[in-house]
Amino acid sequence: MVTEIRAGQPWWKINVRELVEYRDLLMLLVKRDLTAVYKQTILGPLWFVIQPLVTTVVFTVIFGTVAQIDVGEVPHFVFYMSGLVFWNYFAGILNHGAGSLISNSNVLKKVYFPRLIIPISGVITQLAHLGLNFLTFLGFYVWYLWQGAGLEPNRWLLLLPALVLQCALMGLGFGLWVSSLTIKYRDLKFALPFLIQLWMYATPIVYPAALVVTPLYRKILWLNPMTAVVEFGRHGFTGQGSVYLGGLALSWGVTLFMLVSGLLLFNRVQRTFVDTL
Amino acid sequence: MSEPAIRVEGLSKCYQLGAIGRHTLVDEMQHLWCKIRGRDPSAVMGKVFSSAVSQRSDKEFWALKDVSFEVRAGEVLGVIGGNGAGKSTLLKILSRITEPTAGGATIRGRVGSLLEVGTGFHPELTGRENVFMNGTILGMKRREVAAKFDEIVAFSGIEKFIDTPVKRYSSGMYVRLAFAVAAHLEPEILVVDEVLAVGDAEFQKRCLGKMGEVANAGRTVLFVSHNMAAVRRLCSNCLWLIDGKVARTGDVSVVEEYLHASHEGALAVGGRVDRVEKEHMVLSEIELVNGNGGRTNRVNMGEGIGLRMVVCSKVDMPVASIQFALFDESGNRIAALHSQFTHLESLSLKKGTPVEVRATIASMNLNSGNYFVNLGVSDLVLKGNSFLLEKVLSFEVVPRDVHGVNVTPQKDAVVFFPVQWEFSGCDV
Repeated sequence: MVTEIRAGQPWWKINVRELVEYRDLLMLLVKRDLTAVYKQTILGPLWFVIQPLVTTVVFTVIFGTVAQIDVGEVPHFVFYMSGLVFWNYFAGILNHGAGSLISNSNVLKKVYFPRLIIPISGVITQLAHLGLNFLTFLGFYVWYLWQGAGLEPNRWLLLLPALVLQCALMGLGFGLWVSSLTIKYRDLKFALPFLIQLWMYATPIVYPAALVVTPLYRKILWLNPMTAVVEFGRHGFTGQGSVYLGGLALSWGVTLFMLVSGLLLFNRVQRTFVDTL
Repeated sequence: MSEPAIRVEGLSKCYQLGAIGRHTLVDEMQHLWCKIRGRDPSAVMGKVFSSAVSQRSDKEFWALKDVSFEVRAGEVLGVIGGNGAGKSTLLKILSRITEPTAGGATIRGRVGSLLEVGTGFHPELTGRENVFMNGTILGMKRREVAAKFDEIVAFSGIEKFIDTPVKRYSSGMYVRLAFAVAAHLEPEILVVDEVLAVGDAEFQKRCLGKMGEVANAGRTVLFVSHNMAAVRRLCSNCLWLIDGKVARTGDVSVVEEYLHASHEGALAVGGRVDRVEKEHMVLSEIELVNGNGGRTNRVNMGEGIGLRMVVCSKVDMPVASIQFALFDESGNRIAALHSQFTHLESLSLKKGTPVEVRATIASMNLNSGNYFVNLGVSDLVLKGNSFLLEKVLSFEVVPRDVHGVNVTPQKDAVVFFPVQWEFSGCDV
């Protein structure tokens, strides 16, 4: 085994073989993140069910009952939760990825391993959380279906795996960007939580996209790559919501662009970031 | 002869001093705005943020400059040098934690680098989980850790607590487990920092023992240390760095040269310092005085000695403390003489008034050898005013027939005590 250490490596060179070699570490990081969080809690992983559940209830009360936003035939609970499932997966990965360099700096200053492992581990960890969220959602969904609420599952449901993948890649892409930029601008650390919050309201989660009618706002709404994911996902389950293929294509474009550019930027930054920590 | 295990060619590393870039997005925007308008950003911004921003870029610091050397397979190379010589930077680059600015290195074989024990330990996880975590972070495969797991636990000696979260461990147990993992890392090339400097004496001994084992097993080791005794014992060759450049390479005799040079480097070899001026303090005289009040640089074992100096503070220090610290030639801190131990809150220095200080050591209970003195003057209220001079003095302790038996004691430890032996029930 020969290790070459050279100054000024080309910025596009990403060592994929090395990533594969460290897969054991990847799995252990995932395991650590999944287990360490639950230690010394009574409810353990149940917290990942409770949180979205409570958010859904709050949304149902505030946006459904108080503000009375028109969501069509769909039961409020199913409407909000279907959006949140996707959103939480995306936001979870983004959050994890954004902190991957800064919050692990103690380790990264002392030992080398491919740094990309950290944000990638977030994608897998969050997948487990997504699984829990999704099962909860399915429970309610099936119950409402059985009750005969106006739900019409359709062929767009087949798109589900692609939508989940898109969430993952998008979250990873944005996470890599934020993580790289945070090394230089710590401002982002403070801005991120509320940017995510704002972004959530810019995504049709508490309202259907159809409610936005002004052409300009509509354009802006569909420029948000998460809009397509949420709308298509919701449509597959409920039969309501817009199926705008152009929006989906644009969303995939943004996703891939952010992912590739994020990977390259992160790869450039991680080489010497310990010097500026 | 085959290719060397480590070949370093023209390795250089440059750091930016002072403010690194612009710290906030606002600064950056301003910088960009200036650029767009075609003005020199540093000139405009310099007015706004007078210090931090304008000083950048021209202040570079080369931690390593054009360093080249080779380490043969099976060689144990000790890297020595004073503080800031570039040892840690070299380690960081060879461990791939950061990239060099120029040049490069080729390493043949699996590298294990130990800059710390217990990297990646998570307090909430159990000892068992952390062994796997730490092992894989250090580059082992999961099954390799699994295969050695029993051995690691046995070595650490904490079998009973292996399923307890490490946050409940005592610091000793923590370090033992962490070191056990590190010790079972079996790379072909080992890059080690002074991880050995942590922990108690017993632990250090074990670490050095393990290091010796690794070295004897024919593996290549690059060992960075301040501990000259350890370097002398473990290493076959030495690399001496000064200011980021290779000063000398060769066998362990380089250690002696290094020690000799740092002895010379002491500001005053028993003699008188002309004048050292720092930001807050002027040291105009410092010397060792013997019982007769004469200046000296030699002390007989067990005899008294005085440290005398004249300092003048440039600021008022209402609560001051003066400290002398004694170091042996390997850089181990032997003793600290602090004025606040006896004169807490009673020593004050007036701005511009020279003060003569005399510290008398009744009996020099050190074995023969060369020693250094660091001088510190601290303001116990405003820490920023503190003043530290390293190696301000050096002196030699001369062996003497302290027990009056016509035998000078052999040096086998740093400290000596005059002892009176009494025996009964046997022939003396």
